[in-house]
Amino acid sequence: MSLVALIVAGAAAATLGPAQEARAQGLEMEIRCVECQNEPIAQSTADIAADMRDLVRERVAAGDSDDQIRAFFRRRYGDFVLFRPPWDGRTWLLWASPLLLALIGAGAVAASLKRRPGELLSPEDDER
Amino acid sequence: MIAELGAFCCCLALALSLAQGVLGLAASNKQARAAATAAVAQSASVACFAAFACLVAEFVRSDFSVAVVAENSHVDKPLLYKIAGTWGNHEGSMLLWCMVSTLFGAALASNRGRQRISLWSRAVGIQGLVSAGALIYTLFLSNPFARLDPAPINGAGLNPLLQDPALAAHPPMLYLGYVGMSVPFSLALAALIEGRADRAWAEALRPWTLAAWTCLTLGIALGSYWAYYELGWGGWWFWDPVENASFMPWLGACALVHSAIVTERRGSLASWTILLAIMGFGLALLGTFLVRSGVLTSVHAFAVDPRRGIAVLVLLALALGSGFGLYAWRAPKLGAPAGFDPISREGMLIWNNFGLSIAAGVVLIGTLYPLIVEAAGGGLISVGPPFFNLTVAPIMALLFVALPFGPMLTWRIGDFGAALARLAPAGVLALATLGATLALCNWRAVPAIGLGLGVWLILGGVIYIVARLRRGEGRALAKLAVLPLSVWSMTLAHIGAGVLTVGAIAETQFRAERAVALAPGESVDFANRRITLMGVGEVDGPNYVATRARLRVEHGDDVEALSAEKRFYSTSPMPTTEVGILSGLDGDLYVALGEPVRDGGAAWAVRLYLNPLVQCIFGGALMMALGGLLSLIALLRRRAGAP
Repeated sequence: MSLVALIVAGAAAATLGPAQEARAQGLEMEIRCVECQNEPIAQSTADIAADMRDLVRERVAAGDSDDQIRAFFRRRYGDFVLFRPPWDGRTWLLWASPLLLALIGAGAVAASLKRRPGELLSPEDDER
Repeated sequence: MIAELGAFCCCLALALSLAQGVLGLAASNKQARAAATAAVAQSASVACFAAFACLVAEFVRSDFSVAVVAENSHVDKPLLYKIAGTWGNHEGSMLLWCMVSTLFGAALASNRGRQRISLWSRAVGIQGLVSAGALIYTLFLSNPFARLDPAPINGAGLNPLLQDPALAAHPPMLYLGYVGMSVPFSLALAALIEGRADRAWAEALRPWTLAAWTCLTLGIALGSYWAYYELGWGGWWFWDPVENASFMPWLGACALVHSAIVTERRGSLASWTILLAIMGFGLALLGTFLVRSGVLTSVHAFAVDPRRGIAVLVLLALALGSGFGLYAWRAPKLGAPAGFDPISREGMLIWNNFGLSIAAGVVLIGTLYPLIVEAAGGGLISVGPPFFNLTVAPIMALLFVALPFGPMLTWRIGDFGAALARLAPAGVLALATLGATLALCNWRAVPAIGLGLGVWLILGGVIYIVARLRRGEGRALAKLAVLPLSVWSMTLAHIGAGVLTVGAIAETQFRAERAVALAPGESVDFANRRITLMGVGEVDGPNYVATRARLRVEHGDDVEALSAEKRFYSTSPMPTTEVGILSGLDGDLYVALGEPVRDGGAAWAVRLYLNPLVQCIFGGALMMALGGLLSLIALLRRRAGAP
């Protein structure tokens, strides 16, 4: 049914240029369907996802930026709808986690590399 | 009767596993007691195998008085899927977990190798306790042999999405990998109890980590391939929590495969290898917990029962608690590692472990973060593909930049300049790829960097083989024949990573997609192809009815036929899609059939995709798995040949 809706909507809604189309498709992958489990609206077969896709296309056609469209969906459906979590008091630790883990790891590696090497092995040794 | 026999065998396996645990851990250096432990471990595996065979028999017989058979099977199902139905559900898959665990315990017990008796028998004992934990959970919280009274006339049927050859093989492969990680865990705990982890210990560890990694690679690749052709939108990886649940142990196993090499060959990094073995199994158990508890909303979580979730969490806490506790207590007693220079084979392997561990950590945090925020009262948030693509992909990219240097450097002290000089042709071509892609694709950085890295990895592997042939005296061709298998296998796995990268980048960055409405006889031009809908008709399958669209694809001078279906199973309200795929040199033409459109169903909605180089993704993963398998063979052959 979604496929029908998509085609019908595609015909009805203002046709998007190639750049806008790419943006719309990108956003549809980032916005979570509110009805089904863990699927972006781009892939969901639910009716509500088809409506949400139309909304994305409407906003893109109206000239909104990606961030404005994300904010629009967030206001309307809550944080849950964004697969890209916003940066705020709850999520800064999430976004900082790669850097924090890298710092911890670098500290551990630095500690283990302090020991000096001894004699050099012949290159043939690594064939064994 | 068969079900009761199965339940009995299951209880027997539990009793024997507990005995294996106690005997193994109590065994000192006494040969006789160790032999008894091994015999008990082998008996436990026979008992558990028998229990599993009973469940398979109940599925084959379609005995609907057994609850799991009634809930997951159907008389009309083809035999292959009746058998696969055994592990296509929660209870049966847990029994599979137990069976694999006891079989691995028996295999561990049957091969002592060069290990000391005390260490080896303790490892067998811990493996027994792991099996016992899984068996207790299976018997008391998800008994696969529970009866139904009255028995239904027919079963509810397997989820139609799962009626598929790739998905029949996917769970056993993943479980071999998950449970395979339990053996390094047992060996690690035994080494901690002993207070020593020597090269003989690492030698025993390596085949298990390689086997587990190979099975995980294959299992994930099968699942991904299935998602690609079955879900109907051409996606192959979505950073779904359950996909992450298998990806985290894979990253852990991948790191362990590499760190165990250092421990075996150089005797260093032992304490890190032990920690990694504990964490790797922890991630495998966590994966089981995430899938089985249904704590994360996902299409995969077919057992939604909080008691089960809590029980797995308790098992996880026991395993990790004892593992980390022992580690904190005993690891300082392990011998001081041998030193090495940052630019050396060891140094590169440390970078590998550094990157893979951080990637695993980020995936773990990203997967659990929504739960943490929700528990802390922060409301519902989602952490999906944009987060993981932004964080994990750069880590992997940095790892891939360093990868080709690893094999080029010698142990202890490497010559970075010489390695760079040899790799220069690969570097130049990779940079040329990067530049050309940038110029041709509107200066988009992601495809340029990705394709450049793919070329770098593939050519880096080729150059390593060439460098090996140049070494020493004699003709290159003669040396090609005597190049050790381990050189080929490692290079194959590394080139596979490059091929996968090229495929993944091409598919995600350059795919074309179009939805059209076609009446029979109508054509559409798409991706240099003319696609004509020839007709739509009904077809009967063994336990479904299908609406099948026949299409004709003209591509240059080639004309080929293609069909796409929607299948309706009597046991399921939702139809499934069977897409039509036509693989060509430039990628897959992928056709999914939708609903009838226009008045009276005169035309059909058809969704067309061109997925460029998508087969490189699965081909690359297959090369990696084959590399792992060949490494395992090389390792075992070398052991058999050694005195």
